[in-house]
Amino acid sequence: MNKSNTMVNLKPKQFKWNSSYLFVMPYLLVFFTLVVLLIVISILLSLTYYDTINFPTWVGLENYVAIFTQDNDFMQYALPNTLKYALIIGPGSYGLSFFMAWVLAQLTHRVRTIVAIILYSPSLTNGVLMAVIWRVLFSGDSRGYLNYLLLSLGFINEPVQWLQNSQMIFGIMIFVGIWSSMSVGFLAMMSGILNINKDLYEAAYVDGMKSRWQEIFYITIPSMKPQMLFGAVMAIVGTFNAAGLASALSGSIPPPQFAGWLIVDHMADYGFARYEMGYASALSVLLLLLVFSFNKLATKLFSEKG
Amino acid sequence: MNSYKLPLTKTEKIIRKYKRARRNRRAKFLGTMINPSRFHKSQIKFFMLLVPFLVVTLLPLIYIFSHAFKPLSELYAYPPRIFASRLTLDNFENLFLAASQTGVSFGRYFFNSLISSASVIGLSMLIGSLAAFSFSFLKYKIKNTLFLLNQIAIMIVPLAVAVPRFIVMSNLGITNSMLAHIIPLLAMPVGVFLVKQFMDQVPRELYEASIIDGANKWQIYWRVVLPLVKPALATVAILAFQNSWNNMETSELYIKQEALRTLPFYFSTLTYNTSSIAAQGMSAAASLIMFVPNILLFIILQNSVMNTMAHSGIK
Repeated sequence: MNKSNTMVNLKPKQFKWNSSYLFVMPYLLVFFTLVVLLIVISILLSLTYYDTINFPTWVGLENYVAIFTQDNDFMQYALPNTLKYALIIGPGSYGLSFFMAWVLAQLTHRVRTIVAIILYSPSLTNGVLMAVIWRVLFSGDSRGYLNYLLLSLGFINEPVQWLQNSQMIFGIMIFVGIWSSMSVGFLAMMSGILNINKDLYEAAYVDGMKSRWQEIFYITIPSMKPQMLFGAVMAIVGTFNAAGLASALSGSIPPPQFAGWLIVDHMADYGFARYEMGYASALSVLLLLLVFSFNKLATKLFSEKG
Repeated sequence: MNSYKLPLTKTEKIIRKYKRARRNRRAKFLGTMINPSRFHKSQIKFFMLLVPFLVVTLLPLIYIFSHAFKPLSELYAYPPRIFASRLTLDNFENLFLAASQTGVSFGRYFFNSLISSASVIGLSMLIGSLAAFSFSFLKYKIKNTLFLLNQIAIMIVPLAVAVPRFIVMSNLGITNSMLAHIIPLLAMPVGVFLVKQFMDQVPRELYEASIIDGANKWQIYWRVVLPLVKPALATVAILAFQNSWNNMETSELYIKQEALRTLPFYFSTLTYNTSSIAAQGMSAAASLIMFVPNILLFIILQNSVMNTMAHSGIK
């Protein structure tokens, strides 16, 4: 028997039933049908024309060609807006999360816990329902809270139409994005900082480290790269949760001058309003490629090997 | 012990001097260290830094609270004020009454939300922890590939695959049932990942000792490992609850009977279509009802969350 045990490795590998599979089976079932399968379907459907009634017909790369050559709304608004939003909110919210996590780590346990709960609380709100609140705070008449505040402080002479101006809508989206950016990634980075062995700092100071900046760049960040990467991935994923915000803010679909119109909005519009599922799938494949390339970048920056 | 002192040699003097300098430097350093145990005046600058952020973060939330309890006459008062002069429950009353106008009572929406959230929490914790246990402790082929796939799946934005999800859901035959609220939320790659990372901290000797004591895998999972990873499970519970409690997509796309829809959908229809003054108050009350269970759960379990996050690193 012992002999056969050593022989196992030499035999050609073949599938052997093992009760371990039972543990992972339930998860795999939902994981494959509701995550992996979705991506496969996305890719396949993006190569077809599908109106949800007739069977999809094969059109090859036509959808992609159409997106880049004929879809002005996509090229002019959805793509630039998404890139602009992601490039501002991604690094912005990530940097702020790390900074806040670092600041909180300098405080005592009790205070830190309370402040962390407050900072995290926006992540617990429902985005769409919150839009109603933003609509009142940024209301265009003098009754809007922001207008009233600015009017009474004398910064402006007449109420600003915050929610009808495309520039303003985008700015408010950025504000809301930053407001709710303290997510799970922030908590992870905070725990990461707290978990760093204190001897490291001590040793570094004894060896002549002088400032907190040196502390951050030579000790803190290198010691918590895994959490930094986790935080980055969460920041990137969170970036795309702003879908529908511009429409909810302005109260019209699409919002005035397509302000804050993101790829996800464009996709939902084609998929669920016009029922052009093939075209919408092509958009979602592009979006996934975008998300993956951002993540690839983050992995390159923070992976252990790097 | 030594009542007399030998004269110091030159080397000893230098060593002493060095040690003293090191001690002084360390003493200075200890005051600015991470995770201090008590308040020190050097922390004041951090408080100053935090105050503006806390104000900006809290204002909208305070606004929800005060608006929800404001009487109608004050909702559009000029000048606008944050705090109401008189608190009422009118907005909540309107909210419950409006529900009965649609033919479905508020209680029904609430019940649906409660049942689906509870099921999502329970099932995703069970399914996720089983998978995490297998990733962390068991040996089988394709394990590493599956875990890698799971890590990639963390990066997927759920909104981006809304269209294929619609197609899969329509073909699974679970639309127009409570299952539509539950099944799409059960696959939580982040949850599996966090629990697995936490389980990796459990000593392997424990697993081997349990095997020697005659326990099988299921017993080890349920009796030995699961109690040790409670913090990670609590985190999964919070994330699952957040997903499910706030989930609007299912009621919007996969459910046609009003009686099977959940609270967030009902609230959004209520506040989206009407622009009357009453709707403003109701929407604040609705936001409050949506927000409070989330924050309560988080406050109760925050210690576990922080504990889990310490092991959240992707390598």
